[in-house]
Amino acid sequence: MSLFSNTAVLLGKELRTEFRSRELLTATIIFILIVIVLFSFTFDPTSDESRRFAPGLLWLAFLFASSLMLQPCFLREQHNDTLSALRLSVSDPFAIFLAKLAANTIFLLLTELLLLPLFAMMYNVPVLSVLHWLVLVFFLASLGISVAGTALSAISAQARMRELLLPLLMLPLLTPILVASTEVTKALFDRAPYVKWKGIGFLAVFDVVFLTALWLFGEYLLEE
Amino acid sequence: MTPPAFSSVGLRFENIDKRYGGLLALRGVSLTIAPGECAVFAGRNGSGKTTLLRIAARLVRPSRGSLTFSGNQRDGEENAIRPGFVAHATMVYDELTAEENLLLFARLEAVSQPKRRVEALLKEVGLSDRRSSLVRTFSRGMRQRVAIARALLHEPAVLLLDEPATGLDPQGVTWLAESIRRFRDSGRTILMSLHGESEISSLGTRAIRLDAGSVVADTRTGATFRSILTFADA
Repeated sequence: MSLFSNTAVLLGKELRTEFRSRELLTATIIFILIVIVLFSFTFDPTSDESRRFAPGLLWLAFLFASSLMLQPCFLREQHNDTLSALRLSVSDPFAIFLAKLAANTIFLLLTELLLLPLFAMMYNVPVLSVLHWLVLVFFLASLGISVAGTALSAISAQARMRELLLPLLMLPLLTPILVASTEVTKALFDRAPYVKWKGIGFLAVFDVVFLTALWLFGEYLLEE
Repeated sequence: MTPPAFSSVGLRFENIDKRYGGLLALRGVSLTIAPGECAVFAGRNGSGKTTLLRIAARLVRPSRGSLTFSGNQRDGEENAIRPGFVAHATMVYDELTAEENLLLFARLEAVSQPKRRVEALLKEVGLSDRRSSLVRTFSRGMRQRVAIARALLHEPAVLLLDEPATGLDPQGVTWLAESIRRFRDSGRTILMSLHGESEISSLGTRAIRLDAGSVVADTRTGATFRSILTFADA
């Protein structure tokens, strides 16, 4: 069976289990919601102020929320040793990663798009005119967070201090994504919005590099 | 008579060592399991039984030595030498139903006509009427039935059972013994780890005792066979 059909079957499983329990989506949405609402009270932003600090705040909230979302990614597979069952069944272990990172990207993207209108309203930031560019940045950044985060989740799931290890490894590694996404979003929120291609290019290169590394070395991350 | 869906396959462990950090879990294990044999591994906790079975399942890579599968596989029988594995853990998803679990693994293993195969297996393990129930609502015995059905999905020629009777009630053990007898009689090669004598151990055609990662006894005959399982001196 091909890599892509295995991935499609596993992605179906990831979506089915999440939409049945809604554990990850609920926790992530609530976390981001709290951050957005709390900061809106603290800063009482004007439109100009919002343009300055809102992009950073938005991406910081997404990044921390993603560590909540990525933590159980491989931990769930340890509960009944289902990871071993998957390793026995798939022809290419990369399918396991591909399905998990695709699911994580979908969940992150969904969360970001659900919360964007609320963010725009509370921080007085016009997003409609640049929505398509924002979706592109959200997609590239979410993919980068998911690729690196899924790999780190596989590593940390086998460690003793797993709950602590993932954020410790993930946050420094994802700082470049945070910086690039914030810069691109800031340019899109400008009074005269423009596209920062350098940032978009960086995000795309980050995704490709980490995806290739995962494809080459992912199998070793799953070994006992 | 309908031919079995697989050819008999044997296993050959050659000088296998497995090291976990400073712990040597297996030391120079060399064994040949003939096609169709039903080998029972006995030994105290930590003697290396589970590690050996996980190496046979190709879930764990040995630190030294090699494992080879022997036999006459027919064309396109790659699945047959992929062992079916039943471990301590059930290896199925609690959040999916019995049917969803089996369909998931059937599709991953490219089983032809997965729905029909799953239906047949659910019937075989006596879970047809609970097919749509989430596995998390099942008793330990029912979970074990799903686990066994999952291991049999691709009709493996080699079946690895790691203490398969753990947590089963007497009725469950009887059901398991009958199932293992059927697998053995169908020509499958079976490797199972057990604690002590039971109706399951009596199905074995060979008993191997491991101690501190080494094979210390290996027999096919009556009295010694029993002593290996009961840890008595042969």
